[in-house]
Amino acid sequence: MADAKTLTHLERLEAESIHIMREVVAEAERPVMLYSVGKDSAVMLHLARKAFYPSPPPFPLLHVDTTWKFRAMYELRDRMAKESGMELLVYHNPEAQERGINPFDHGALHTDMWKTEGLKQALDLYGFDAAFGGARRDEEKSRAKERIFSFRTASHSWDPKNQRPELWNLYNAKKNKGESIRVFPISNWTELDIWQYIQLNDVPIVPLYFAEERPTVERDGMLLMVDDERFPLKPGEEPVMRSIRFRTLGCYPLTGAVESKASTLSEVIQETLLTTTSERQGRAIDKDAGGAGMEKKKQEGYF
Amino acid sequence: MTDVTDEPIYKTDALIAEDIDRYLDVHQHKSMLRFITCGSVDDGKSTLIGRLLYDSKMIFEDQLAALEADSKRVGTQGQEIDFALLVDGLAAEREQGITIDVAYRFFTTEKRKFIVADTPGHEQYTRNMVTGASTADLAVILVDARKGILTQTRRHSYLCHLLGIRNIVLAVNKMDLVGYDQAVFNRIVMTYRAFASEIGITHFLAIPISGFKGDNITGPSDNTPWYKGPSLIEHLETVEVDQAADRARPFRMPVQWVNRPNLDFRGFSGLIATGTVKPGDAIRVLPSGKTSTISRIVTLDGDLDEAVAGQSVTLCFADEIDCSRGDVIAIADSPPQAADQFEATIVWMADEEMLPGRSYWLKIGTQTVSASVQAPKYQVNVNTMEHLAAKTLDLNAIGVANLSTDKPVVFEPYADNRALGGFILIDKISNATVAAGMLHFSLRRAQNVHWQPTDIGREHHAALKNQQPAVLWFTGLSGAGKSTIANLVEKKLARMNRHTFLLDGDNVRHGLNRDLGFTDADRVENIRRVGEVAKLMTDAGLIVITAFISPFRSERDMVRQMMRPGEFVEIFIDTPLAEAEARDVKGLYKKARAGELKNFTGIDSPYEAPENPEIRIDTTGMSAEEAAEAIVARLIP
Repeated sequence: MADAKTLTHLERLEAESIHIMREVVAEAERPVMLYSVGKDSAVMLHLARKAFYPSPPPFPLLHVDTTWKFRAMYELRDRMAKESGMELLVYHNPEAQERGINPFDHGALHTDMWKTEGLKQALDLYGFDAAFGGARRDEEKSRAKERIFSFRTASHSWDPKNQRPELWNLYNAKKNKGESIRVFPISNWTELDIWQYIQLNDVPIVPLYFAEERPTVERDGMLLMVDDERFPLKPGEEPVMRSIRFRTLGCYPLTGAVESKASTLSEVIQETLLTTTSERQGRAIDKDAGGAGMEKKKQEGYF
Repeated sequence: MTDVTDEPIYKTDALIAEDIDRYLDVHQHKSMLRFITCGSVDDGKSTLIGRLLYDSKMIFEDQLAALEADSKRVGTQGQEIDFALLVDGLAAEREQGITIDVAYRFFTTEKRKFIVADTPGHEQYTRNMVTGASTADLAVILVDARKGILTQTRRHSYLCHLLGIRNIVLAVNKMDLVGYDQAVFNRIVMTYRAFASEIGITHFLAIPISGFKGDNITGPSDNTPWYKGPSLIEHLETVEVDQAADRARPFRMPVQWVNRPNLDFRGFSGLIATGTVKPGDAIRVLPSGKTSTISRIVTLDGDLDEAVAGQSVTLCFADEIDCSRGDVIAIADSPPQAADQFEATIVWMADEEMLPGRSYWLKIGTQTVSASVQAPKYQVNVNTMEHLAAKTLDLNAIGVANLSTDKPVVFEPYADNRALGGFILIDKISNATVAAGMLHFSLRRAQNVHWQPTDIGREHHAALKNQQPAVLWFTGLSGAGKSTIANLVEKKLARMNRHTFLLDGDNVRHGLNRDLGFTDADRVENIRRVGEVAKLMTDAGLIVITAFISPFRSERDMVRQMMRPGEFVEIFIDTPLAEAEARDVKGLYKKARAGELKNFTGIDSPYEAPENPEIRIDTTGMSAEEAAEAIVARLIP
């Protein structure tokens, strides 16, 4: 994709992301990459492999698991860890595990305990001082103002009013005792950039992004996929085969599918471009607490 | 009334639906433009950005539905869509109705991808604007057509210029509210042109727009038939980005990380700041100065034949030479300098004021060193561009100061190279980023610029003249008697067969410094040049006599640092202000008191008396003749 005259926008974005990752590796003591197995994570992982080639990326992958991800996600996760030559750490919040916290019975508590609390525990346990995350600024309004190097207090909270200015490509990675950094190397990418990069670089992604006949039930206006036998069917509910795909991936009982026939990358991109709803709409999490939902969650330590 | 059912003009749906692969092919070859929007809420900045996002179809239906609901609940446009709500991110901001921080927005047209830095316009957010401007290729400066060029317009323009943005768009907004009157537009453009050229903005494009109604945003507006230029989007799509200029400069890459997977491979990773590089190129590693050749440019997708500014790469050398993080790899025959003393413009970004002399971390490129900043030479009033005396810089203040580092830093002037000229200062206790800065030049000669040795050295020159070279630096208020006494001193020395040269302020300004004015910045440059000339003359063996007000200690110290120890003789012509003003030989004090002369030393610009001058002359107690006698007696006992 090299153009003799001007770098393309994807080449500039790639160079910026690689630069960010190398800065972190050079300045942090114990970096880690949060790997959620979604398409943004996939691109982030691919960029990391580019940044440090021929070395493998000099940090582990951390999957803060809820045990409720799609099976196809676990498969890709294990395969990618192997291919990249990176150590894979999988963390389960022991308290959530013990209490059997699940998305069907516990609602918001599920996300809070497995993901938010689980992440804090994992970072503390391993003593990671810098964690890469695949968030993008175009996803949500409060993300648009978050720095690329985003600091968290010892209790992992975010103070949006007290962020360090980030000028040029100079990042201040100096931490106070107890502080850690969340680093977002793909901050400036849009959803379309991600898709296009996946296409141009053959980045492996979970097949759930492509349409296929899958067992589904419709609940509260969302199309849910019955991914395993743990899915409790309500009286009268019967899984129906529908051609669906996912625009975003999380815990299968919380992630809404869209009916679609898009089975190739080009078709997925085409559908994405022609669609009239934003991608996070499929997630229940953003609807909590009205317009300020994500900002509030982030202040509490959600990634 | 904004009609949200209007079809967006940037509608590529047809192509997307018909031939997605062709669309993607076009899209993947798009270039990118980063720009900043400057203006306050009242200028309609958020409305304009909301409009750009809307017109380029970056707003989804669910966002639009939320926007409609929010508009009715907290909007400021009655029942109409309040685009500002779309871009004002944080909860607190939405409540206050102002944009506080820097937010980044993204949109795409058929020709380019855009990243917009959306920053607040008020003076207390200068640091946010500077942050947004630091990565921008272009600035859109918004003006309310009803209000014209305001103080804040000047401030925004100055800051964009300071941060090195070469492409400026003056967007005269709310044209709908002045009846699309061409005369109003022309008047604003004329006023702006006069101001812009004053601060060094040589060209800009003015566009009459309405963010609210959409005039001249994506295409020509029927409401402004008199305007023949491009619409805002058309201009953004076609304006040349800075990348080409960066690529034309000599090759430089700050080393971020040494890649060493095994004993057989050693590569140096970094983002190319300027220039291009190919295998076989002779390079030099700074600051060590060691040389080698590029053997490979390594990437995951295979080795490259060439890499250019803006790319992240890993370079291998033909030889085993030392190179680590913080070093700069440069083309061998045109390397950057290294120095440990600089003059720089500093933007203070912390609540705690700058402490001159305190040690901060300075990060520039991939180098982090200890640095201390001297008291500012002056502070810039960001609204009037006037230079003010200052002892420190507080939040949002911008000033010029010298700084010194504990070890040499590889650099280039910011005007030439943002990556090697822009730096941040970090507080060593709080670890906060407290300032951003832009290097002008080094104060001491760089370590790696080698002097061409000459057979006839300075000692030889001095011996031929049978004298010890010296700089007799006269300083004091206007009318203190500097020139008169200096002239008498030179006459006496000439009679004693000494080889002298008198550099007089007025005379120098007829030639060497005729391009300089009387602002503080120009005064600093005036003194710097005189210092350099004086230094060359001492190399030639001369006794140099200078007569300049030279009001600031830092400038005089700068010249002192240029000379050999003992060569610089500071002579303070100590005449009280009242006395000098009473004499007023040139009638300048009278003018200054009447407000006709700005920045006049002693009146509205300070004079910093020398603390330990070699010689102090109290003119109230002796005549000019006696003073000259005393000075010569001290020099040649």
